Amino acid sequence: MDTILQAFRDAVRLIVELDAGMLAIIRLSLQVSLSAVAIATLLALPVGAAIAVGRFPGRQATIVLLNALMGLPPVVVGLVVYLLLSRAGPLGELGLLFTPTAMVIAQTILILPIIAALARQAVEDAWREYQEQLHSLGAGGWKAALTLVWDIRFSLFTAVLAGLGRACAEVGAVMIVGGNIDGVTRVMTTTIALETSKGDLPLALGLGIVLVTIVLMLNAGAYSLKEVAQRRYG
Amino acid sequence: MRAPTSLLPLRLAAVSFEVETKRIIDGVSLAIEPGPRTVIVGPNGAGKSVLMRLCHGLLRPTAGTIDWASPERPGERRRQAMVFQRPVMLRRSALANVEYALKIGGVPAREREGRARAALAEVGLAALANRGARVLSGGEQQRLALARAWVLRPEVLFLDEPTANLDPGASAEVERIIGTIRAAGTKIVLITHNLGQARRLGDEILFLNQGRLVERAPVDRFFNRPASPETEAFLRGELPWA
Repeated sequence: MDTILQAFRDAVRLIVELDAGMLAIIRLSLQVSLSAVAIATLLALPVGAAIAVGRFPGRQATIVLLNALMGLPPVVVGLVVYLLLSRAGPLGELGLLFTPTAMVIAQTILILPIIAALARQAVEDAWREYQEQLHSLGAGGWKAALTLVWDIRFSLFTAVLAGLGRACAEVGAVMIVGGNIDGVTRVMTTTIALETSKGDLPLALGLGIVLVTIVLMLNAGAYSLKEVAQRRYG
Repeated sequence: MRAPTSLLPLRLAAVSFEVETKRIIDGVSLAIEPGPRTVIVGPNGAGKSVLMRLCHGLLRPTAGTIDWASPERPGERRRQAMVFQRPVMLRRSALANVEYALKIGGVPAREREGRARAALAEVGLAALANRGARVLSGGEQQRLALARAWVLRPEVLFLDEPTANLDPGASAEVERIIGTIRAAGTKIVLITHNLGQARRLGDEILFLNQGRLVERAPVDRFFNRPASPETEAFLRGELPWA
């Protein structure tokens, strides 16, 4: 019990003293996950919206597939991206394996279905409600789409935050394609995994506290934003 | 510049609308002329709302034709508007909802706020201009929907049971606004379940039953000397509800 308490004290000291090594790890984590979220959002919102309002053969199957992909195991994504980027793989020439870029690619693939599926649901519900009214007012095509997206921006933002939470918290994909190289591809989750197995608990605990705090803050932020929007706009 | 000719009359020729072999509108032919307020009545499921959506262009007939005297062209400002039983408000202020209609109608940005405020004043919502549209009461939302539909001064205004969910006070206010809109020269086409409202707001009545146009008559004749047994049964409240 004493060791754990001591580790906890050391962890808090690392956070309070803004330990340089720890800050570098946190910075890389956020860089990787935020980049992945930005790219995934750009791709997922149009895809989700298109599936929501489009009428094409295989639409139902696409929706089922998209929803299923929300639960994609990170290690499997890591493995696939690893195979693609490994020297013998089709994209091996690029030399991206074990770089932060590889980690961004893996996390983008991981969270794209999450954002797309949540956006699809939000857009579809809203479209059912708005379609006639917007047509009646004379807004068709792009105008109607932009109006719709702007009106449900808070729901879409929640979808994006869900993706960010998933990206920050996953370990399997970045571990495999990043390789957990000290100072290069070491992020919060992979560090926690490694340091715990080495028995260096303070750093692992410190990062764990930071990670949980970040995820908590994201969710609290999303919740209050929705509350404010609900009260203001209904 | 050539003055735009009137949208009206609107001519429906043998219009039918089917959803998966169920015939909702069954061979309706009629002309809606400028001038008299047209009120559509009929039991639930008669196809009133579908007929209105066909006229407004939200649905396409599966058979027959619907022609305006001078049709709207795509991309141009709409010259007809519709107020729904449950209007959909955008998640923004009441004022911004009206401004949105002006924007879609191609009104220059600098004119929008003034015109939107004037439209809100006409429906008695000036004080609530900055309130979120979706947090307004049902009656206020319906008045806002009227302001939003009327701000572009459409030639024709379709109203699908605009007072169905409102208390008597709010209904009276909506009826007053419809009167103002009518007085300004807009053709009114209204669906109602409320026969008292049909008498108050109607000049002519279209009676629809099971997708067919059963009777069309001036309001007095419709209520006092109905021409068809179906109409009589409807007025006595004896028509089986579909």
